[in-house]
Amino acid sequence: QVALLDIDICGPSIPKMMGLEGEQVHQSGSGWSPVYVEENLGVMSVGFLLSSPDDAVIWRGPKKNGLIKQFLRDVDWGEIDYLIIDTPPGTSDEHLSIVQYLSATHIDGAVIITTPQEVSLQDVRKEINFCHKVKLPIIGVVENMSGFICPKCKNESQIFPPTTGGAEKMCQNLNVSLLGKVPLDPQIGKSCDKGQSFLSEAPESPATLSYRNIIQRIQEYCDQRHFQEEKII
Amino acid sequence: AERSNLAGVRHILLVLSGKGGVGKSTISTELALSLRHRGKKVGILDVDLCGPSIPRMFQLQDSDVHQCDSGWVPVFVDQEKSISLMSIGFLLEKPDDAVVWRGPKKNALIKQFVADVAWGDLDFLIVDTPPGTSDEHISTVEALRPYKPLGAILVTTPQAVSVGDVRRELTFCKKTGLRVLGIVENMSGFVCPHCSECTNIFSKGGGEELAKHAGVPFLGCVPLDPQLSQSLEEGRDFIQEFPKSSAFPALAHIAQQILDGASQRSS
Repeated sequence: QVALLDIDICGPSIPKMMGLEGEQVHQSGSGWSPVYVEENLGVMSVGFLLSSPDDAVIWRGPKKNGLIKQFLRDVDWGEIDYLIIDTPPGTSDEHLSIVQYLSATHIDGAVIITTPQEVSLQDVRKEINFCHKVKLPIIGVVENMSGFICPKCKNESQIFPPTTGGAEKMCQNLNVSLLGKVPLDPQIGKSCDKGQSFLSEAPESPATLSYRNIIQRIQEYCDQRHFQEEKII
Repeated sequence: AERSNLAGVRHILLVLSGKGGVGKSTISTELALSLRHRGKKVGILDVDLCGPSIPRMFQLQDSDVHQCDSGWVPVFVDQEKSISLMSIGFLLEKPDDAVVWRGPKKNALIKQFVADVAWGDLDFLIVDTPPGTSDEHISTVEALRPYKPLGAILVTTPQAVSVGDVRRELTFCKKTGLRVLGIVENMSGFVCPHCSECTNIFSKGGGEELAKHAGVPFLGCVPLDPQLSQSLEEGRDFIQEFPKSSAFPALAHIAQQILDGASQRSS
């Protein structure tokens, strides 16, 4: 049972990627209902609260924080195994607030996404520092857009060259896990645009294999933590 | 009355996007380099406080900022002082230091960046922004309003998920009275260096369609170009060194349209 919470208030991409554009949120006695993709996958995003795709959410920090609090307090998720929270880029209001509001419960950890080049790693090192500062455990780093294989000649190109060693070197230096590398596949963008599951549309893609390996490692990490916590109790 | 630090700046333009990772800082940097090659003096103001990318794109990440009587001295890219920069990146003690600030603190620094950098005389001031429509954007537009910016360039990648956010940025521009100079469709196609086959890795056409739908100029498609990425990583002048590269014509064309727009406005 999975819940996906989109706290990118200015740029909510999740509804489109899940094929849920145009859906609205319903209220009931027990709170806001998430929008369900499948019986076991519910989604919440500010995207569902906007009436037009042109609507901009031009809010300063405090108002964004208020909505994030509401999302956590008022959405009736039911019993869930995983709550996944998608964040905007940065180390600001949304990030501080989500960590603060969830401090009463426990967060298993953060998965940090980067692309291979230094201009991205540079920002990701800051994000890793942010996690240390707020005592958010890091499950690991994913190197996205990691190489492209030409469909015609099958040669590989590094479109975003890892001139400083990519995520691998950074993870070694900062002692965090590299969960995996996901290559570029034009089908990924297409599937997201159509709101379909890339994993179902392109089961043979090397990117699918990468995603599945990464997901498995995340699940193993979470299972281990629960096991450790139960031992302590 | 004291002369404002922006009094010598002829044209101010903002580079915006609703979406992260689409190449705003790249476009800001390449536009500055293109304008320099056309003999213009350019400043870049980097108001992305959490993820300041501009210093590294010129290999100046270790530079410090000095003070003078009128405020902060921008960091010059070269001896001729043809390109000058200001970014929070120069103010950090260590490059990996995270700026974990809430809105109000970000707003205060942005006000200072707009008012207190001694730019001197510039033909163009390019303001590079983080993704979104929040504190940084509201504060920057408010602080720049008295100086009547030329307008904003919006950067998107071709696919619908990116365009979806840039539509919201267009609304932001409309609501804040910021003129839209046009839309750039970045990462638009990749030509394999081995066999020349073109693959639309991030789809194609979304930026152009959006421009048509919204009634704003379409400034052009910039393809994915590993030479461009490499240049940026190494702080090199792509415009000077790679005129035969696939991204060059598009970037030169964007700069030309900006120059045309600016001279139209001046006359």
